[in-house]
Amino acid sequence: MPLFQPFLDNQFLQLAFGSGALAAWACAVVGTYMVLRGLSFIGDALSHGVLPGIAGALLLGLPGLLGAAVGSAVMIGGITVIQRRTRLSGDTAIGLLFVGMLALGVVLVSRSRTFSGDLIKILFGEILAASPGDLALQGGALVVTGLLAWLLRRPFLLLCFSPEHAHVSGYSPKLFHVLMLSMIAATVIVSFQTVGTMLVFGLLIAPAATAALFARRMGTIMVTAGILGTIAVFIGLEVSYQGNLAAGASITLTSVVLFFLALPIKAWVEQRRTHA
Amino acid sequence: MPDALLAENLCIGHDRRTVVSDLSFRLPLGESLALIGGNGSGKTTLLRTLAGLLPPLSGRLEILGDGPAVAAHQLAWLGQFQNTNPLLPLRARDVVRMAFFSERGLWGKIRADDEARIDEALAFFQADDFAKRPISELSGGQRQRVYLSYVLVRNAKIVLLDEPLSNLDAGGMELYNQAMEQMKARGSTIVVATHNLEDAATCDKALALGPQGWQFGTGGKILLEMPHHQHEGH
Repeated sequence: MPLFQPFLDNQFLQLAFGSGALAAWACAVVGTYMVLRGLSFIGDALSHGVLPGIAGALLLGLPGLLGAAVGSAVMIGGITVIQRRTRLSGDTAIGLLFVGMLALGVVLVSRSRTFSGDLIKILFGEILAASPGDLALQGGALVVTGLLAWLLRRPFLLLCFSPEHAHVSGYSPKLFHVLMLSMIAATVIVSFQTVGTMLVFGLLIAPAATAALFARRMGTIMVTAGILGTIAVFIGLEVSYQGNLAAGASITLTSVVLFFLALPIKAWVEQRRTHA
Repeated sequence: MPDALLAENLCIGHDRRTVVSDLSFRLPLGESLALIGGNGSGKTTLLRTLAGLLPPLSGRLEILGDGPAVAAHQLAWLGQFQNTNPLLPLRARDVVRMAFFSERGLWGKIRADDEARIDEALAFFQADDFAKRPISELSGGQRQRVYLSYVLVRNAKIVLLDEPLSNLDAGGMELYNQAMEQMKARGSTIVVATHNLEDAATCDKALALGPQGWQFGTGGKILLEMPHHQHEGH
């Protein structure tokens, strides 16, 4: 079949598809919480806030993953401190850290001319250079994230419903909120090398938002988002291979286009339901 | 046996702004307490403090002999829900089912008899017709019936209700009264903030909150003795 031929012929495309699909499924799990709880902005901030961490780690000759972990920890910690110490809204706290961290990242990167190429890599990833080691790391992270989402499904559902009810039911909303943010951060950190920090955000939001238009259960949203994300990875890679376009951006663009294609379908389904 | 609620010189409020100060009262287990007073008098603040959602500003507060934070999971709390995230994929029955998340813990199985209790509560509030519909598609009154089913199923030692009659029609109010009787019969202590004086009069005790201070006593008596209560809102 000609559609699958490029994937059969090229090992790098197989690895890229594997890496993209693993990122899509991890993003589907945590992206569902982000969409349902209105955490998109903090997710966006996290995916960019890791930039100075990665840049700093590269300057010091340390692994980028470690820097990304430190960057997201600073981000979550900073937002929490601002929210507790001031009356400023969460939005403002996130915005402050977001822009500050992004600027710090660019300042760090600008220290060295050789890093301008790295900046592009950090932002847009190198999905076509995914290695079996990357896939193993992503697979491990996906298993852990999926397991946590399953084990903590009750407090997470309560948190989505009402943090106050979570509290009165004996589940600390603060603790589970930080756990949820950590899961988002972990997904961003593990995915950035292949999909890039900029584009991981697309996989976090778009498939879960599309799925939330139709699905009626939390688990169904996650699974639907995973399938949609995987389809976006396949179409994106295919388009990028055939048209010689940027791979990561093609994937993200596809996942957003799928959302806008779903909108009229949603309207049609609702119309049918009301007439039925 | 500890009291259900014990307050001594309790000051409550939020963001360091005192709403009610020097509050002292004692409510034995199994009794009901009506909180009455105009808008902004502190009924909701007191309920939220009792639920552990707001820390007391000063003074002493014991719930079942413990601090409010310790007792949180022994309570059922029904706030004035207004916003339900329309995206949240929950059917009415799923909301009631969450009542067991406290009792059964993180991983404990919600058993067949638990499921039966959920259906019974929904049937009691005549909410079984819309039990499978998304909560976001229900009317205010229908939603209130679902939330009251949640409280009934929760089987908590202390039940805190904030304006539970809001949006209910006459039939709903009648069912609410029966549910209160049921919960009292199984030994629950009930605290209810209400503007409905008939509802308040059925409680064992009443706590009237107002700009001149507070007054605690036997339900019907307080209602007669609080002339300023009628003036509020002017």
